[in-house]
Amino acid sequence: MTTYLVPLVLIGGLTSAGVYLLLERTLTRMLLGLLLIGNAVNLLFLTVGGPSGNPPVRGRTSDGQTATADPLAQGMILTAIVISMGIAAFVLALTYRSYRLNSDEDVDDDAEDTRVSQSSGEAAGDDEPSTPDVRRDTDEPDELDALPGYEGSR
Amino acid sequence: MSAPAVLTPLPVLIPTLAAAATLFAGRRPRLQRAIAVLALTAVLGVCCALVYYADRDAPIAVHVGGWGQSVPGMGPLGITLVVDRLSALMLVVSTIVLLIVVCYAIGQGIRDGDERQPVSIFLPTYLVLSAGVCTAFLAGDLFNLFVGFEVLLSASFVLLTIGASAERVRAGIAYVMVSMVSSLIFLIGIALIYAATGTLNMAELAVRLEDVPAGTRSALFAVLLVAFGIKAAVFPLSAWLPDSYPTAPAPVTAVFAGLLTKVGVYAIIRTHSLMFPGGALDRVLMVAALLTMIIGILGAMAQSDIKRLLSFTLVSHIGYMVFGIALSSELGMSGAIFYVAHHIVVQTTLFLVVGLIERQAGASTLQRLGGLAAASPLLAIVFMVPALNLGGVPPFSGFIGKVALLEAGSQNGSVLAWFLVGGSVITSLLTLYVMARVWTKVFWRARADAPEGALASASPAALLDDSEDIAYTDRDDVGRMPIGMVAPTGALIAVGLALTVLAGPIFAYSERAGAEVLDRDQYVTAVLGGGG
Repeated sequence: MTTYLVPLVLIGGLTSAGVYLLLERTLTRMLLGLLLIGNAVNLLFLTVGGPSGNPPVRGRTSDGQTATADPLAQGMILTAIVISMGIAAFVLALTYRSYRLNSDEDVDDDAEDTRVSQSSGEAAGDDEPSTPDVRRDTDEPDELDALPGYEGSR
Repeated sequence: MSAPAVLTPLPVLIPTLAAAATLFAGRRPRLQRAIAVLALTAVLGVCCALVYYADRDAPIAVHVGGWGQSVPGMGPLGITLVVDRLSALMLVVSTIVLLIVVCYAIGQGIRDGDERQPVSIFLPTYLVLSAGVCTAFLAGDLFNLFVGFEVLLSASFVLLTIGASAERVRAGIAYVMVSMVSSLIFLIGIALIYAATGTLNMAELAVRLEDVPAGTRSALFAVLLVAFGIKAAVFPLSAWLPDSYPTAPAPVTAVFAGLLTKVGVYAIIRTHSLMFPGGALDRVLMVAALLTMIIGILGAMAQSDIKRLLSFTLVSHIGYMVFGIALSSELGMSGAIFYVAHHIVVQTTLFLVVGLIERQAGASTLQRLGGLAAASPLLAIVFMVPALNLGGVPPFSGFIGKVALLEAGSQNGSVLAWFLVGGSVITSLLTLYVMARVWTKVFWRARADAPEGALASASPAALLDDSEDIAYTDRDDVGRMPIGMVAPTGALIAVGLALTVLAGPIFAYSERAGAEVLDRDQYVTAVLGGGG
């Protein structure tokens, strides 16, 4: 089996360009990156699907070839194209929504994540106040005494 | 055609048709709800029958459209659906969870939803998600598994960003991007495997991959493991999960946490034992399992939002399953299978309980919560049982699963396995610590002691999250917990307890499933020998 260099170089080039774009923070670039890698994978399927040949339809020949091309690889490429088209449409909708909400299309950090990482080392945010409230009368009825039929320490 | 052959495609077919029906019934919410509940109940019935058949006979293989074997020695031409004990168990547990969560979502929608709620798309999308999950469990070839993943992922994108608030769009973008990258890596793996073997049917791959050189085989396995590792949230590929899941509505988070990562774990089990046996990458998997457990639970300790905290425990407990798989022994595999079933149920229950807490107290962060034990003792019990179960307190099912894994680890006897045994004990204790921390903050201390206890969200929200912060005292009385939400939660707790009470038969079943998964001949003969 002969291997053609051009598709392989194309696959490599498309993938690296796709990865580069995917590492950006702008949504449209990330989407373009995804699409580039998707196309690279489709090309990979076509390349590994064996040599070219007659169309996989009974009785059809093309250019006097003897072998028949692999229909499965083409089927898988078609499925992958349809799926990536649907996802691309959804990502575009999300991008537009993000643009409407924030008037930019950059991906933000998780606010809660930032908060948690900054609060480490200091007093954990959800703990009780570090200094107890000494003026508080602990015999006073409080929330826990509100149980039905239980009058607490009153 | 025999009864099992007729039943096998139904878990995919019924939810898909029901999704179409609910879409047409978009203007009639009652009809929509009835269709969704009926469809999932029917699927549950079918799956129970499939468990019976798969356990009684050999694995069931169905060649869709009759595209079976064409030439002796060649694999099936078309799509193959396979049910063995493992996939049947996964199907039943997931359908139970799907059915209960849809009841919860409906109960919540009836009580707290209003005319702005995007209900008309929620149920159809949810049913598509169910169909995707079932496809992934039934798939007999890699490309069909990929399609199953894509179906459930596309549905999950919509569910995660429902209402499209700023927070959900942000989380949704990260989730979509990470999922798509994992799908592309999976696709690359599929292309490479096709190049190496010329087939994608899993049973035929099991035969043909033996002729592939060991180095190439490990490389193919590694590509698939990265793809599934992202989906299953195995460290270091897990950072996306606690970032995206907590923003979704409670029932959506619950079903994602229960099912989506487990589909990844299931795919790892299949590739590890069926297609690439021999444990070429077991050591890598063990190290990943250890790091997943420890780092996941350490992350959980630092959180104050309960949903995020639970997402971290979810990541951490994926480590247990990967541990069981990486041992490559019968006991390890059956322990992992039992643990998957247990964890699907208990993690979903906890997220449903958080939904109830959020509704009753108007917050899901420890900074604001307090005094719930007095306000709602029922809620306290409902939280307590699954929390102890997750922590692995005897006699709950979490304990049984962990004991099986520890035993399998000690049987293995290697240094790394002992490290993992130690790591899983520590993780279990830390899980208990995390749960106790939630318990003391949310239920025992007075709300006045919470740093932000005076704040709460204005009104209980079902699917949208645009509620504003107001003073807790100004919050309208939300009333008792709606029965439509408590009853499903209670039912799921009951399922978790049933896993404990019936642990004997269920663990025996998972032992048979584990043995069947490791002995590949039954699976291969069912697919290649029978011919449909």
